[in-house]
Amino acid sequence: MTVTEEWVRRAQSGATDPRSPDDHGALRRAVGRNLTAYGFLCAALICFALFSWYPMIREIVLSFQQNNFVDPGEWVGFDNFRTVVADPAFRSAWLNTAAFSGLALVIGYAVPFVLAVVLNELKHAKAYLRFVVYLPVMLPPAVAVLLFKWFYDPGAGLFNQALDAVHLPALSWLDSTSTALVSLVIVSTWMNLGTGTLIYLAALQSIPGDLYESAELDGAGLLKRVWHVTIPQTKLILLVMLLLQVVATMQVFIEPYLLTGGGPENATVTVAYLMYQYAFNFGDFGGGSALGLMLMIVLLVFSTIYLRVSREEAER
Amino acid sequence: MRTLVSPLALRTPHGRIIYWTILTVTVVGFTGAFVFPFYWMVSGALKSPDELAQIPPSFFPKSVDFSVYKEAWDQLQLGVFLKNTAVYAGGAWLLTLAVDVSAAYALSKLRPVLGKLVLGAMLATLMIPPMVLLLPTYLVAKDLPILHLDLLNTPWAIWLPAAANGFFVFLLKRFFDSIPKELLEAAEIDGASPLRILWSIVLPVSRPIIGVVSILSVVTVWKDFVWPLLVLPETDKMSISVGIASLSAQMPQNVLIASLVIASLPTILVFFVFQRSIMAGLTAGSLKG
Repeated sequence: MTVTEEWVRRAQSGATDPRSPDDHGALRRAVGRNLTAYGFLCAALICFALFSWYPMIREIVLSFQQNNFVDPGEWVGFDNFRTVVADPAFRSAWLNTAAFSGLALVIGYAVPFVLAVVLNELKHAKAYLRFVVYLPVMLPPAVAVLLFKWFYDPGAGLFNQALDAVHLPALSWLDSTSTALVSLVIVSTWMNLGTGTLIYLAALQSIPGDLYESAELDGAGLLKRVWHVTIPQTKLILLVMLLLQVVATMQVFIEPYLLTGGGPENATVTVAYLMYQYAFNFGDFGGGSALGLMLMIVLLVFSTIYLRVSREEAER
Repeated sequence: MRTLVSPLALRTPHGRIIYWTILTVTVVGFTGAFVFPFYWMVSGALKSPDELAQIPPSFFPKSVDFSVYKEAWDQLQLGVFLKNTAVYAGGAWLLTLAVDVSAAYALSKLRPVLGKLVLGAMLATLMIPPMVLLLPTYLVAKDLPILHLDLLNTPWAIWLPAAANGFFVFLLKRFFDSIPKELLEAAEIDGASPLRILWSIVLPVSRPIIGVVSILSVVTVWKDFVWPLLVLPETDKMSISVGIASLSAQMPQNVLIASLVIASLPTILVFFVFQRSIMAGLTAGSLKG
């Protein structure tokens, strides 16, 4: 409601507030209320302006400028984009990022849902299982990643020793172009699994029991009940989580930064990591921002779909 | 409540066997996947570098000697890193609450002109992940517009961006919206100022949501890696994650692992204590976005 509308409303029904006998008082109070409101808002406005809104504009400006941050930036059109696209690592970075997101979906998307369905059926050890599955999420990601770096050690590392114990050949994990990216996906899945599991669990608990009851009376077996009741009932949250996971995994940075440094042979360079390298290793903020802008546009597509879906969910 | 499997099916001998099998598999599987790595970490720290390199590895450390933890604490100056991180997380928490609670209160209860636009602009920031704005945001912290302050290596570089959190404003505003108008109008007629109403009426009834926002904000800052990596390059100013990561290459393996154990204790302790609020926070925003 705008001020004028409210002012008119108050003026028309003058008797609602004993302290505003005339229009004048109402107007003065409306102005006062707005001043107070913006007083309460100003700190947030400053924080958002500095660290959210302005950087969006700055990113666009930076990506079209050549900048040494001493002189004013020089407009160079699409030069930064051309430089970045011509970089052989550019193609690898996008392919790896897409592969990382895709693999994370293959390995990690169905697992939390299945775990949640199982957990929802169990009547024992509930608190323990829920606590334990969320434990890795509470670890600082850097700690989890460094821990796995040790597990991946080709010699005495936990994983190769475990493979050895069951008489399987050792893998070179982070050191081979064929397994490095998968190794990153495994860490990332391990440390994020708990979130999805608990969110699905909450969604499963709101499914009305009589739906299962009547499906069973109709002769639907276990898998049919999952297919015809559980999945349709959680369809929207499944979709929301899918989009959130894609957006999250497309930004992958810490895993390549701490585990592989993008190697071997660019096998684990991601877009976010390349962006970081451009800015902080090559001192090229223009190229870095161009990459950031491209990633932003791709992620905006997913965020927009997410927004539509979650609105639908909220209206349900 | 009735779930996927009917209670009748569970009562049959056949159903019982399946149930207990699945339960056992789940408990063993979860313990193996999520608890065992922690055991391996804690016991690994107690092994000597020789024992760590030994093939096959020993399941239990040969000798239990906790001095490696002291070594890690001293060599990696973990005390300094932990204190830094506590200052960053604590300050971010206080500032976030002060800034976002007052913003949400203004948007929900005082409803100024253009309030909807402001809220929309704050929520719009949720569409763009901070990672893609990393470089321009870093440049802002390095040279604050207009004031030309350099925030690098100061806690403000963590605190100010942490307060610009659209999700928190959204959560708080939605909760404030549910507080009945009559409650506030009564106080207003008694002549209470907006600040007084916020402090004595809105805040006390909003304890649950403030708890959720508090824990989320502390844990987010505590776990963050990329941003502190960029804005706190000085070793003495580093947060625990960044500190350990940047010194990890020069440490003997067992000292590094001991430092990982120490670094993971605070958040896990927080999880033990605030499990309920943390899980509530998980579903607070994600279900009805």
